[in-house]
Amino acid sequence: MWKKLYTWLDERLGLNDIYKATLDRPEPRGNWWNTLGSASLFLFVLQGITGIFLSVYYTPSPDHAYDSIQYIMTGVSFGWLIRGIHHWGASLMVLVVFIHMLRVFVTASYKYPRELTWLIGVGLLLVTLFMGFTGYLLPWNQKAFWATTVGTQIAGSVPFIGDFILKVLRGGSALSALTLQRFFAAHIWILPAMLAGLIGVHLFLIIKHGESQFPDKED
Amino acid sequence: MAGSHNINRRDFVKLTSAAVGTVIGAAIGLPAIGYLISPALRAGGKDAWVPIGKLENIPIGEPYAFSFTRTQVNGWERTATSYGGFVIRKAEKPDDIVILSSRCTHLSCQVNWHPDSKSFVCPCHDASFDINGEVLAGPPPKPLDVYTEFKVDEAGQLLIHIKEG
Repeated sequence: MWKKLYTWLDERLGLNDIYKATLDRPEPRGNWWNTLGSASLFLFVLQGITGIFLSVYYTPSPDHAYDSIQYIMTGVSFGWLIRGIHHWGASLMVLVVFIHMLRVFVTASYKYPRELTWLIGVGLLLVTLFMGFTGYLLPWNQKAFWATTVGTQIAGSVPFIGDFILKVLRGGSALSALTLQRFFAAHIWILPAMLAGLIGVHLFLIIKHGESQFPDKED
Repeated sequence: MAGSHNINRRDFVKLTSAAVGTVIGAAIGLPAIGYLISPALRAGGKDAWVPIGKLENIPIGEPYAFSFTRTQVNGWERTATSYGGFVIRKAEKPDDIVILSSRCTHLSCQVNWHPDSKSFVCPCHDASFDINGEVLAGPPPKPLDVYTEFKVDEAGQLLIHIKEG
């Protein structure tokens, strides 16, 4: 019965091919450094799920943002756990993504034909950092407020167009409700959409090219 | 493995991964569900005695309108809920009192006392109730709610007992 159903689906969806391409593809040699990409993907999914859960209670408005997080931490069952995972997962993701990049650099895996994978990876690193930057403001406490003040000020120090960039980031010249709202939109809609799209292409390229052989003594 | 007490390696691995998987699934799933339904599990039903006014100031035979507001903390916000009603003293005796809620039983609008027609009239759908809260006309399915628990304290203050959701 299940076998028949599976065969029916497989004929139409090519499940076996997908399985072979994603999970059963040949690896050059087992090495823990090669698992950092998967670890980054796992953390992205984890951040996505815990983030969706947090959005059930979080309010991106200056009068309620802080209180709503206090409520998550003290009033909601396991709220501390969900927020804790999101908080630490964020730092861990930046770390893992960065080490992943270092590994690719050290093993020279960015060379032909994988240059595009590398370039997209750089994009992924940048978007991940922006996720961290925008997420940092959302608790709307003193640390968040001043970190964003400083961060947007740094962006504002660009010659000629700096002031314009600062205003675009803050939604005006002051750090206000508009800033919180647009950081929230960026954090939960714009940047995750970019990440998801780039991850899709990144994974497609990895499956297409396979993993690079580690360089040996001859190289 | 029919008829054998031994279990082969493949079955053992299947069984243990299913068991461990179930435990992990429960450890992640149950907190997740708890997190989502948490506000629905709050212990409600706080009650309070609310003063309405001095009994001596409440006229006999004519409904006496009262209203008060209670605040409640819902999550990160205070919400104020308004309550209103009428005290009807039938006679001098302190016990002979009917306290009606002013909430129309149709769709929760506030009813008003109309002295000319001697009835409570709801402005929303033209319903009317008599002085005892019974439906005279209009769509309401049942009489006005009655505050059955009330008392008069030593100072002559009339208090009603309310339960908050």
